[in-house]
Amino acid sequence: MTSVWAGGRSPYAVNSKKFGMWLFIISDALTFSALLMAYTYVRLSTPNWPTPFQFSPAIIFSTVMTFCLLSSSLTMVMGVHAMNHGNRKAAVGWILATMAGGAAFVVLHMSEWLKLINEEHVTPFGNPWGVPLFGGTFFALTGLHMTHVVIGLIYLGIMAFAVGRGKFKAEDVEVSGLYWHFVDLVWMFIFPLVYLMSAKV
Amino acid sequence: MSTHSEAIDHRDGATTKTFVTVWFALLFMTVIEVFLAYMQPPVLVFLTALVGLSVIKAALIIAYFMHLKFERLSLFLTLFPMLILCIVLMLLIFMPDSNRLMLMRPQ
Repeated sequence: MTSVWAGGRSPYAVNSKKFGMWLFIISDALTFSALLMAYTYVRLSTPNWPTPFQFSPAIIFSTVMTFCLLSSSLTMVMGVHAMNHGNRKAAVGWILATMAGGAAFVVLHMSEWLKLINEEHVTPFGNPWGVPLFGGTFFALTGLHMTHVVIGLIYLGIMAFAVGRGKFKAEDVEVSGLYWHFVDLVWMFIFPLVYLMSAKV
Repeated sequence: MSTHSEAIDHRDGATTKTFVTVWFALLFMTVIEVFLAYMQPPVLVFLTALVGLSVIKAALIIAYFMHLKFERLSLFLTLFPMLILCIVLMLLIFMPDSNRLMLMRPQ
């Protein structure tokens, strides 16, 4: 009896695009792990770490952002589901809904950043509490995440346009979905560790 | 035709109801996290609860939304043990050191 690994068969039973995206996700997960680790490291080793996030409005605000991202994951999975059943029109609708959730997240996040920069004078290089590493690690971590969301929006925009024109297969939409869910997944760690752990009631 | 639809069903793995249930579970856990932040429990309890809930949320997203529950075990075994090992190594190397830095600070 020949093994599945002996050649001539596909041991993972996934197409190469999907496997490639999984490998990218794992390497990107390590990047985010390292950044979260760096944030935690400087936080642990710094006395008087600032807690600039008032429960109301900052934490409530970031909870709404979390809701947007979580809901966009649901619409994305519905899009993949629709595409798997050959319903391109519904898939485009769901992808556009996903983009709306992602765009809402970016707009809310940017307004939160601007509030921190303009009203509380927190920049990547300094802040009123004398702990510059707070701004450095906070903006690096949330900035990289927001970059991923923006890239995701462009990616999904291209997918929606092409799927609507009859291009791409169900597996291509699934691969874009993998990326989007990963962006959501990373936020599931940033939100508690960066925001909730620095909440001030 | 029937074989075609069978292939589709196999690839899909889960139903719409499953996705909505997972979404509700994720929202529910987020609400618990925010409630904990409001209650301000002791730091160690808070951190443990937050990390625990986040890992469960991540697992749900990976299993159902990212479809890994319905993929071959070989794919999971290729990707995740290495990732977890690397994260554990980073934790073991850096976290005691950051604590040491804190204790070495002049009072």
